[in-house]
Amino acid sequence: MLILECPYCGVHAEETELQAGGEAHLKRFGPGSSDEDFHDYLFMRENPKGVHFERWRHVNGCGKWFHAARCTVTLEVFGTYTAQTGTPPQALLDEISTKRPGWTWREFTDASAPHAGAEDAS
Amino acid sequence: MLSVCERSADMSTRLAKQGRLIDRTKQIVFTFNGRSMLGYPGDTLASALLANDQMLVGRSFKYHRPRGLVASGSEEPNALVGLGAGERFEPNQRATTTELFEGLAAQSQNHWPSLEFDVGILNSKLFSRVLTAGFYYKMFIHPKPFWKHVYEPFIRQSAGLGKAPDKELKDADTYEHFYFFADVVIVGGGVAGLQAAKTAAASGAKVLLMEQNAHWGGRAPVDGGTIDGMEAEAWVTKTLDELRAMENVTLRDRMMGAGVYDHGYLLGYERLTDHDPSKGGPRHRLWRIRTKQIITACGAIERPLSFAGNDVPGVMLASAMRDYVVNWGVTPGKRVVVATNNDDAYRTALILQKAGVEIACILDARRLGGGALAAEARAAGIRVEDGRAIAKVADGKRVTKVAICLQDGDGQSIEEIAADAVAMSGGWSPVVHLWSHCGGKLTWDDTQAHFRPDPTRAPISHDGKAFVVTAGTSSGPLELSAVLTDAAQAGATAAQGAGFPAQTADPASAETMPETPMEPVWLMPANADIQHRMKSWLDYQNDVKVSDVQLAAREGFESVEHTKRYTTLGMATDQGKLSNINGLAILADTLGSEIPQVGTTTFRPPYHPISMGAIGGEARGDVFQPLRKTPMYDWHDTNGADWEPVGHWRRPFTFLRDGETVQEAVNREVKNTRENLGLLDASTLGKLVVKGPDAGKFLDMMYTNMMSNLKIGKCRYGLMCSENGFLMDDGVVARVDDDTWLCHTTTGGADRIHAHMEEWLQTEWWDMQVYVANVTEQFAQIAVVGPNARKVLEKLGGMDVSKEALPFMEWRDGDIGGFKARAYRISFSGELSYEIAVAASEGQAFWDALMEAGKEFGVMPYGTEGLHILRAEKGFIMIGDETDGTVIPQDLGLNWALSKKKDDYLGKRAHLRSHMADPDRWKLVGLETVDGSVLPDGAYAVGNGVNGNGQKNTIGRVTSTYFSSNLNRGIAMGLVKQGPKRMGEVISFPGTDGKIYEAKIVDPVFYDKDGEKQNV
Amino acid sequence: MSNAVSVLNGASFTGLAEVKDAGLVGMITLRGDLASKSLAKAVKECTGCAIPGIRKVTQADGTTVVWMSPDELLIVTAYQDVDAKVDALSTALTGAHALVVNVSDARAMFTVSGSGAREVLAKVAPVDFAADQFVPGGFRRTRLAQVAGAFWLDTDACFNIVCFRSVGQYVFDLLTTSADANAEVGVY
Repeated sequence: MLILECPYCGVHAEETELQAGGEAHLKRFGPGSSDEDFHDYLFMRENPKGVHFERWRHVNGCGKWFHAARCTVTLEVFGTYTAQTGTPPQALLDEISTKRPGWTWREFTDASAPHAGAEDAS
Repeated sequence: MLSVCERSADMSTRLAKQGRLIDRTKQIVFTFNGRSMLGYPGDTLASALLANDQMLVGRSFKYHRPRGLVASGSEEPNALVGLGAGERFEPNQRATTTELFEGLAAQSQNHWPSLEFDVGILNSKLFSRVLTAGFYYKMFIHPKPFWKHVYEPFIRQSAGLGKAPDKELKDADTYEHFYFFADVVIVGGGVAGLQAAKTAAASGAKVLLMEQNAHWGGRAPVDGGTIDGMEAEAWVTKTLDELRAMENVTLRDRMMGAGVYDHGYLLGYERLTDHDPSKGGPRHRLWRIRTKQIITACGAIERPLSFAGNDVPGVMLASAMRDYVVNWGVTPGKRVVVATNNDDAYRTALILQKAGVEIACILDARRLGGGALAAEARAAGIRVEDGRAIAKVADGKRVTKVAICLQDGDGQSIEEIAADAVAMSGGWSPVVHLWSHCGGKLTWDDTQAHFRPDPTRAPISHDGKAFVVTAGTSSGPLELSAVLTDAAQAGATAAQGAGFPAQTADPASAETMPETPMEPVWLMPANADIQHRMKSWLDYQNDVKVSDVQLAAREGFESVEHTKRYTTLGMATDQGKLSNINGLAILADTLGSEIPQVGTTTFRPPYHPISMGAIGGEARGDVFQPLRKTPMYDWHDTNGADWEPVGHWRRPFTFLRDGETVQEAVNREVKNTRENLGLLDASTLGKLVVKGPDAGKFLDMMYTNMMSNLKIGKCRYGLMCSENGFLMDDGVVARVDDDTWLCHTTTGGADRIHAHMEEWLQTEWWDMQVYVANVTEQFAQIAVVGPNARKVLEKLGGMDVSKEALPFMEWRDGDIGGFKARAYRISFSGELSYEIAVAASEGQAFWDALMEAGKEFGVMPYGTEGLHILRAEKGFIMIGDETDGTVIPQDLGLNWALSKKKDDYLGKRAHLRSHMADPDRWKLVGLETVDGSVLPDGAYAVGNGVNGNGQKNTIGRVTSTYFSSNLNRGIAMGLVKQGPKRMGEVISFPGTDGKIYEAKIVDPVFYDKDGEKQNV
Repeated sequence: MSNAVSVLNGASFTGLAEVKDAGLVGMITLRGDLASKSLAKAVKECTGCAIPGIRKVTQADGTTVVWMSPDELLIVTAYQDVDAKVDALSTALTGAHALVVNVSDARAMFTVSGSGAREVLAKVAPVDFAADQFVPGGFRRTRLAQVAGAFWLDTDACFNIVCFRSVGQYVFDLLTTSADANAEVGVY
């Protein structure tokens, strides 16, 4: 049973205080968007073996939504952070790169990994 | 040469001396299968049974073979009994872990008509050749018709071990949970656990040490050796005293570490009154522990040897036999044969001999025999035979004679020895369960021939670091000083892992006899023929033999997980504590593979079965689940409420009067509300305050219709869709002031819609300045409905509720009958109707005032069924009836509520998806049966043609259906393919009762189509 | 006022700890920017209390101010004073983005006091109640068995428990079940 630290109230909350909210940092597509973009927004989700970014709500607690970065294989939690952001904090991304060199998740990757540099160059 | 010695009557009995755990000054009376027996305080049921010469304790699961005690602890596979009676009866309790108490009543299991004479033993004789591995899979496939009438009854009859408690009775005991937090938890109170706790506690860490038995110290006091120059028992007492004196240490006995879970979560199963049911209080307490580090000091379990007849009562683990002598002063026999592949079993021989038991012979399977302990045995005059094995123990209800052979041979008997008990030892396996529960990996140890924890692959916690450490024999070492060194190291490692200053591990020093290495013996003798292998048991509880595993391997079940399921090896309530390693060694041998390559099956919690009561905790009776009650709950309850669960709420379905049926009561309420005056407790409806500079903008996104332009003092019915476009909730929204709205939700919607709003505010539009508060329970809300609604409010006096002062779809604050109230002029019934909100604490008083004032106007409360009928007569939809998560507003003819002015709202984009715009979607219509009867709820309408399965094509379904007492006929609503275009058409609804219901498609508004009644 | 009744109407139970319905208690939800000086001033003037720190309460003159979340306070005061305090706060916060709402009747409140209080609560909430971990002035929103609940510790031995009104009976039964005199754990 997981423990996640709520970044708002500081409680190391066990899972029974929390509600899982699926994948983090989805970009909303509304009226005017293409069928494909809207379909992907509604239905397409990451299912990684490794680094993952999720939304959780401290529902039996301060009621706030937050984000968590964790490893789906070992359940190691790299960190939690506020929900009011479109991107994870850089310090957290750096920590993940240290712990999981070469990781990649959607548009986020290990910036120090060789392949990431190659992509930037292309 | 063959010689059968003369012998005295075989018997297990209490010895005149010994028994460190029993108090001989007091006797306890208990019963076994109704027979009265005597024991002592400190006895387990197992030791007391042995003391009464009750070696036969049960019958085996499949073959009903007589079975006796094998072990002395929780690994015992055979001695499962039914304990207690009536409301306290519980099957499958282990005699070895059941502490004896006055009046204990135990019954043996799996036999008919009696333990001594069992008819099922015939199974063994007749079917033992067919009840082989995969028997169920092979037997019950053909012929198909046999399944229902022959096979299923047979399996039901024989499935399970003991009998389930009487389903009519409730467990008389109580249970509870307890949350606890620690830095280091040590599971196991043997010398390793004590040493680890001592080291960890010295760092200042908050330490919890638990022991599953009632006594501390584990095996050490039985096995001998000295610690810090003193007897093991004295060291245990001294260390316990030291630990008890420390404020940062909590000690709990009778508490088992049941399971290790993610992120330092550990379940402790504390048995509080099992040993003394007269005590009162909870029977079991489940500790839900969160800790930084866990040390498993769970010891090791001795393995049986696989020889023919190793299940005959009287064949016992060597360690268990000396436990019975030393701990409880009981000997399982008078003349004992010891079979072993290691030195440890010699301790049993020496201890038994000292206690006056004759050791017929020690058979050491090792060609070169044992070391110092063997020498000591020989010096004590015990016959020791190296390279020898047990060929066979003669079948029966008790060991009578043992045939011996060469270990390297095929089982040819070279001698028969009379004996009434056999002590066997196949080496020791560390208890790795808790280590493995959360992902700790194992490594094969060739020297000890066992799997032990691999400390480099430990379970990982939230911080990516190891959180389980093993200590003592749980780690692998068996020798006492190595055990203590390992345990001290484990204590230091765990303390450091928990963030406490590094401690120099300073273990107690110990001295024991040196031992010669064991040699693996997986089959005895090594080349045993099929006749012997068919009688060599691996899993006693599930009746799995060496030959079964070999057959499974030959049939292609090469994965250990497949073999387990095919043979049921290790799948019984003991989860293979004795059989796993022996079984997979046989599998590896048959496959020509190595044991580490075959691997183990998965270890899953709990370590040992725990009670369902403990899992449920306090959640039974009144607190089984939370019931949500409105302020008028008690009044409803005493006035005939027929309760309906609505989520966790309880709402009156109707109010029954004497002699009425439910339908009659509903009809009365519905009619009276249309003709006179009805009161509905609407307090459960959700009420959310939405306030802020951006509240209007936000609500325009939440609702499909426009809310920002609602005028202060007015109400508007609104729809909410999910981003998927599906209708998720509806309700009336009131504009309170410039930047405040009050949103009503459905009864089930308050928490859900509150969460939905918070989710969008916090995670998508966090720049919006909006606050939401759930004030649902602040108010008691009462719907005052019917032609006399205004009259009763005017009689109570206060607020002007006239048509002019409070028009339809508006609200006002004020006083009504002395109550501070907010009145909404809204109607879900089509009648003249007010919903009045007062403070919840005054709800009952206001309800009383309305009932009193309403007397002259024919007031009657009505329930949820009345509410449903009244709204259905008007064609109003109900979330959850007309919607099911796949219905969009357009399906329900609610296009008028979809704003065309707004650029965006949740669901708008989704409504443009092709499937949503499909003209063939099922749409809302009214349905009237041709004969006026009531359509069955949920019935499907069928059209032309059939689908791929030959079933008629469906073209619609009933979503709401009632008898309308106002219209004196059945009315219904439904979703029908192109429904609104098919007005007047009659369609068919086959019922599950075999009848076909014919119904005409009509307008869904059945009553007062022009809405004149509500607007007066 | 005479019409108002609390959920359990003053019920009490004594076992491992004393469990009591606290009767009618005034409660105000205040949502706003807790870091703003104007809000702190309004709260101070209305209650005499400073803004509490995270998971803390502040108390003065029979009024308790509870930290509920980063943008929410709960003001616990006398039932009859609530309307006046709501008005005063609303007036003081005019122009600021804030929400002041009376929730007195939406809640039930209980006290659990006595030497067994910590153990009673530790049976229903996944919270560390060790004396060095949960100290006077401390507050938690969490789960009481199957429902949401919150509590703070006044003095070393008196917990104040708040839950929704509709589950008041459930929570009272839960606490009295946990306070069974025969169910002492003996840890705290």
